[in-house]
Amino acid sequence: MSILVDKNTRVLTQGITGATGQFHTRAGREYGTQMVAGVVPGKGGTDFEGIPIFDTVEAARRATGCNATVIYVPPPFAADAMLEAIAAGIELVICITEGVPVLDMVRVKHYLAGSHSRLIGPNCPGVITPGQCKIGIMPGYIHKPGHVGVVSRSGTLTYEAVHQLTQLGIGQSSCVGIGGDPIVGTSHIEVLELFNRDPDTHGVILIGEIGGSAEEEAAAYIKQNFKKPVVAFIAGQTAPKGRRMGHAGAIIAGGHGGAADKIAALKAAGIAVAISPADLGSTMKRVLEKAA
Amino acid sequence: MNIHEFQAKQVLGRFGVPVPKGQVASTPEEAAAAFTALGQPKAVVKAQIHAGGRGKAGGVKLVASADEAREFAAKILGKPLVTHQTGPQGRVVRRVYVEEASQIARELYLGMVVDRKAGALSIIVSSEGGMEIEEVAAKSPEKVISEPIDPLIGLCAFQARKAAFALGLKDKQVNQFAALAGALYQAFLATDASLIEINPLVVTAGGQVICLDAKMSFDDNGLFRHPEIRELRDPNEEDPAEIEASKYDLNYVHLDGNIGCMVNGAGLAMATMDIVQQAGAMPANFLDVGGGANAEKVAAAFRLLLSDDRVKAVLINIFGGIMHCDVLAEGVVEAARQVKLQLPLVVRMEGTNVERGKQILKDSGIKVITGADMADAARRVVEAIGGRGANR
Repeated sequence: MSILVDKNTRVLTQGITGATGQFHTRAGREYGTQMVAGVVPGKGGTDFEGIPIFDTVEAARRATGCNATVIYVPPPFAADAMLEAIAAGIELVICITEGVPVLDMVRVKHYLAGSHSRLIGPNCPGVITPGQCKIGIMPGYIHKPGHVGVVSRSGTLTYEAVHQLTQLGIGQSSCVGIGGDPIVGTSHIEVLELFNRDPDTHGVILIGEIGGSAEEEAAAYIKQNFKKPVVAFIAGQTAPKGRRMGHAGAIIAGGHGGAADKIAALKAAGIAVAISPADLGSTMKRVLEKAA
Repeated sequence: MNIHEFQAKQVLGRFGVPVPKGQVASTPEEAAAAFTALGQPKAVVKAQIHAGGRGKAGGVKLVASADEAREFAAKILGKPLVTHQTGPQGRVVRRVYVEEASQIARELYLGMVVDRKAGALSIIVSSEGGMEIEEVAAKSPEKVISEPIDPLIGLCAFQARKAAFALGLKDKQVNQFAALAGALYQAFLATDASLIEINPLVVTAGGQVICLDAKMSFDDNGLFRHPEIRELRDPNEEDPAEIEASKYDLNYVHLDGNIGCMVNGAGLAMATMDIVQQAGAMPANFLDVGGGANAEKVAAAFRLLLSDDRVKAVLINIFGGIMHCDVLAEGVVEAARQVKLQLPLVVRMEGTNVERGKQILKDSGIKVITGADMADAARRVVEAIGGRGANR
């Protein structure tokens, strides 16, 4: 088992003819993901390397039964692409696009609340269940099927964690990048709930960063509800206050969102916190051995 | 992106938010002329820098004549003003705002922010005007009232009234406040703001509710649809290296250490800073070259790192997902040749096309120290500048 995606997931690419959309649709298919459709308004009826292209998400859904979509649409149009996917009832909507205006996300989040869709991102690397389904921009080959779940606000830092795990022979059940923006579709806690219910996930690596209070909330949730070992890392221990560190959401503002507070909250919840990003894999290994 | 107080008041004024009359001046003469043009017995001359705490730092003065306005402007223009938000070097005052003086009966706080937890905008009010809202929230949280705004319905009159009553406003002031808050909300939406702070919002002796100060920040991701807001950017308030970085779409933040860092991805870039510190040195910067960097962008990033003369060694940490290691390597080689690199260079690469990338570096003849992993790379770059604590 796994969470969110598996070998039966049928994936639509919104923005399939752009450079990024093309590259990663191809990479997804090579990995073994069922890339079943593309949407580009005005290009319906054509195809991308044999994958049929439709004008609308609704038409793609009807024709192919796709149940997940990945969005590589430029920032000005990304919110509309998310809304279209939600309106078409796509179960899993993954938005990779970086640079979506936050007020657009306020509207998307509102629309999402009354729907049956789950949104991952925006500004995220996507979701992978190793050996089964890769949706997004992560390099597939660093992953290995197994039993550790990974949830993270960062893209490349997730690859770093996965790489360390794989090097130590520890495989992953599913890896979810929730995105680095202030408002994202799915929180750490929601992903943890899924991992909690997944019998194939035996432990979780949680990667957070400065800004907001999502990690503190996750710590409280873990203490109360989570039954499996968790290893955490918070990026930005050396970040100055008031400066946005690349991610739109990574800012220590108004005395809140610093790494020290987050680390303290995680430790207080009994979570093993790796202080060095190089120790994520080894800490997980130690924690799993102790739990066994 | 931040703007000056006088700009924020101009923007808000266009949406019908009540602000005092005023004029901006960049010379003492202009300040004197502005006083005369206002035609009031008294005016306030306020230093315009992107930092709070100007009043306490001596950057604001009540004046009663054109001569006094000129004199005060001459005293502060062209000189750095040090407030608790500027750091010890302060910010050079290049403009003053000359504004009609208000008779203040009460000072309140009004803010509007993107509430990450609620996934919506929130209006925040407090009866403790003039103080920093964070301080009020820490000391007496019951005095801070926050109300999330439904994005579909907008700010309701009852919500604005609720805030007004919580502030102890009475009679006509309640509706005045509701209109002001409504206009503020419209301004927020129309400009893709990320924060508006009116601190203080004042009730005048005559019973009017007006914005005595105004701070506006904008969502950088929304600026593409607001050319008129983009024009308000003041390059003097920003680090020149950061402006240069933004031309190449690089995320760069200048820091105080001497290890220049180039990383792809914001999270990994922060983690790299952290591990450099743990290895015993301090990062000179945060630099995220982004996911889809090309050789030209990498070369620009490299030049940017080396433009900081405190940088004694460079650490490149790339985990290629979208970005290919061979593209990175080409950019590094090109830039190292252009700038005739003398400093130690430590590279750690992993991910897509990593073998090809390593080969390109090897074949280039440039002296590169290879880090086996993140910790090893951090250790080596600290060694290269003379070991732990060398830059303290």
